[in-house]
Amino acid sequence: MKLRRTMMFVPGNNPGMLINAGIYGADTIIFDLEDSVALSEKDAARHLVYNAMKSINYPCEVAVRINHISTPFGYKDLETILAVKPDLIRLPKAETAADIKEIDELITAAEIKHGFLPGSINMMAAIETAKGIRNAYDIAAASPRMVALAIGGEDYLADIQTSRTKDGKEFFAGRGQLILAAKEAGIHAIDTVFGDVNNEEDFIAETTRIKEMGFDGKSVVNPRQINIVHEIYTPTEKEIDHAQRVIAAYEESLARKSGVVSLNGKMIDIPVVKRAQRTLAYANAVGKYKGGETL
Amino acid sequence: MLQIIQPSQAGTVESNDILIILTPVSADKGIHVELTSPVLKKYGRQINNVIQEVLREQGIDAVHVSANDRGALDCTIRARMMTAIDRAAAKEVLG
Amino acid sequence: MINGVGREIPESIAGIKNIKPYINPFSYVPTGHLTGPAIKVNKPRSEKVLSSIEQAIDASGLKDGMTISFHHHFRNGDYVLNMVMGVIARKGIKDLTLAPSSLNTINEEIIPYMNQGVITAVETSGARGKLGQLLTSGQLSKPTIIRSHGGRARAIECGELHIDVAFIGAPACDTYGNINGVEGKSVCGSMGYAMVDAAYADKVVAITDHLVPYPLFPISIPQTQVDYIVPVEAIGDPKGIASGALRISKDPRELLIAQYATAAIEYSGYFKQDYSIQLGSGGASLAAARFLKEKMKKQGITASFGLGGVTAPFIEMLEEGLIKAVYDVQDFDIPSIESIKKNRNHQEMSASFYANPHNGGPIVNQLDVVILSATEVDVNFNVNVITDSNGVIMGAVGGHQDTAAGAALSIVVAPLLRGRLPMVIDQVHTVCTPGETVDIVVTERGVAVNPLRSDLKDNLKAANIPLMDIEELRNIAYEFAGKPDPIEVSERIAAVVEYRDGTLIDVIRTTV
Repeated sequence: MKLRRTMMFVPGNNPGMLINAGIYGADTIIFDLEDSVALSEKDAARHLVYNAMKSINYPCEVAVRINHISTPFGYKDLETILAVKPDLIRLPKAETAADIKEIDELITAAEIKHGFLPGSINMMAAIETAKGIRNAYDIAAASPRMVALAIGGEDYLADIQTSRTKDGKEFFAGRGQLILAAKEAGIHAIDTVFGDVNNEEDFIAETTRIKEMGFDGKSVVNPRQINIVHEIYTPTEKEIDHAQRVIAAYEESLARKSGVVSLNGKMIDIPVVKRAQRTLAYANAVGKYKGGETL
Repeated sequence: MLQIIQPSQAGTVESNDILIILTPVSADKGIHVELTSPVLKKYGRQINNVIQEVLREQGIDAVHVSANDRGALDCTIRARMMTAIDRAAAKEVLG
Repeated sequence: MINGVGREIPESIAGIKNIKPYINPFSYVPTGHLTGPAIKVNKPRSEKVLSSIEQAIDASGLKDGMTISFHHHFRNGDYVLNMVMGVIARKGIKDLTLAPSSLNTINEEIIPYMNQGVITAVETSGARGKLGQLLTSGQLSKPTIIRSHGGRARAIECGELHIDVAFIGAPACDTYGNINGVEGKSVCGSMGYAMVDAAYADKVVAITDHLVPYPLFPISIPQTQVDYIVPVEAIGDPKGIASGALRISKDPRELLIAQYATAAIEYSGYFKQDYSIQLGSGGASLAAARFLKEKMKKQGITASFGLGGVTAPFIEMLEEGLIKAVYDVQDFDIPSIESIKKNRNHQEMSASFYANPHNGGPIVNQLDVVILSATEVDVNFNVNVITDSNGVIMGAVGGHQDTAAGAALSIVVAPLLRGRLPMVIDQVHTVCTPGETVDIVVTERGVAVNPLRSDLKDNLKAANIPLMDIEELRNIAYEFAGKPDPIEVSERIAAVVEYRDGTLIDVIRTTV
């Protein structure tokens, strides 16, 4: 099971941060050539990320957030970065399926040119406008390379003309639609960043909320946020225990060739069994559960 | 082969970075590297090698390089050199 | 001779007496008796308070070739050492051995006296900046002797370091010479390092900016040891003496190192009710205090004592009842100074009580866990904390050797790369603390356990930290930075590094 609980942004023009990006345990690191890089340093960041990726062996999924192809930097970003085979290209401000299709073709060409396995470079898109939200499913389904949709923060709020609130009302509409689009397309839904690094309490509340909504992970801006997200996404021992018992009951019903699964005298629906299987697979993926034993 | 046609600069003096300043010189002057670094004794030779290597790869045989190192790794030195060369070889500095 | 950590120690070194090579941490067994100060007498109603430093110098009988001492509790706010040296230089006294407990950047002011021959030898825990450069240059006529805090107390008590005149900066002093560090405008808290000087110097001069009527209490250094008292305008700059509360780092890399160090402690086997601990004042060390606190609360564990070098996070643990008592040789910040003044469970101690290997037993021997810093560690776990990447003196041994030897578990924390500099390397430039006394090295990219401690290695397997061999840590560091070129040195020995027992663990040669 591929986890993307945390996707950590790393400013592309900061050598110290690039070098250490891999040590904090993020599921994905995103080297950023876009918003964290000044217009006059776009070329410098591109060279720096290229050289860092070429020489450093990162222990996790490596994504690069390119500038949009409608800017003067997007194509050059792709040309340079694709040569060092990122795991994932993240397109910001995605609004149409056509954006995705164009980049898909460029990636295909680069894979051929550099001799990489066809289809080995994935894509994800960040949706940061109302228009993008309306097209979210088309964007998600535009290419088999697509593995995730993310919702953008400030740009999105500016576009729908609202601002941050404590309980996240401003994201109700966008998050809701993005989740549905991603799930329909069978890819991950990733929530926006939470910028106030010192406000642990609200960060925990927001992360818990988006996990419950069905998001697969969250974009983070600081390594200190990683463990918090991972902890929230780790199934509790109670959840694992329950899942194990559901699976045992299910397997027993199979053995009995009975269509009815029951646990403690209560009927269990098949979706509950599926959820239990997912819980155990997840616990296994985060290293909390191995072969029937809680660690 | 690239020619250094205008002065350029890349990088910063933040820790882990290196500030590269390229200045065009006449072809007969060759390559001259002026390096300052807090790790000169342990890594000065290797930093110099990387700078020379990038210049060689780009086919540059005449330039003055001023390198103010703040503990940059080779990959950073390479990146800053490549950026500085791009900027020095372009007619105008675009992003 | 090749010593116990593989270093070449010459049979004889000009200016260094009685050379014994280091063999292993407890192999050297001393014999004989402690030394003592000159016998003093003070008749009733005689006056100890003098009007100037010059008068005190005259009264002390300070002459060419003698040894003088100072203590470094005022750190970078110290005025006393510079002030006294200025007067000595003006009086034309020459060829002195300067033996402070340590030297700080502010003491750079005395460099001219080294150039003029006023000071011709130095014995210290360390030095920084220009002073460090000067001591590494080999310019002084005798090699500098570097000693740990415990080693210095030992050297004084056994007579290897005989102090003719000790100058003691006294935050509060009464008219008969009772001293403490917790009252007045230049408070420093514990007077731990000065206690040994006061007890063993032939003459003791207190310099104070807070002279009070007799009697002063509590007493840290008693009237029985003090010969003269000089009131001055200021003995230090409070801002340089102690910082505000030392804060926990927000640097994610330091936090990660602290998290690994805390996990190492938790699973080491030593993390249990009534364990004891010493933490340094470095970023990762302070952060470890926070994580440890959480773990102690969660598991309902309290510590029997804390040792230091005391900082605010430690005081918080004391006040919350997580540590029963704190033993204190030096205070780093204002909350610590306030605590030693008001909290009965916060006990002042001397450098000898703290760390001297040759007494009835220093408190480091009772220590379970210590977290230490390092400039470099080699694949044999030897630690350098004194010389920098250019081979120049820029740090201090402090209590490093003492706590590493005393503690049941010594953990060295440091980033694997500082800029381009690898922290784990083939061979440290200067061995300060022998690898035999270092149990775990914690970096942001991996944790290495000393092969001598296979018991620990087994315990840590459950800790969910990236355990690896120390050679692997070195390889990772070299992969990033490249293998460093060796620093070229000359034949000339600028300094010798004593192990805490007085044997020579290494020498520092001038660089070329």
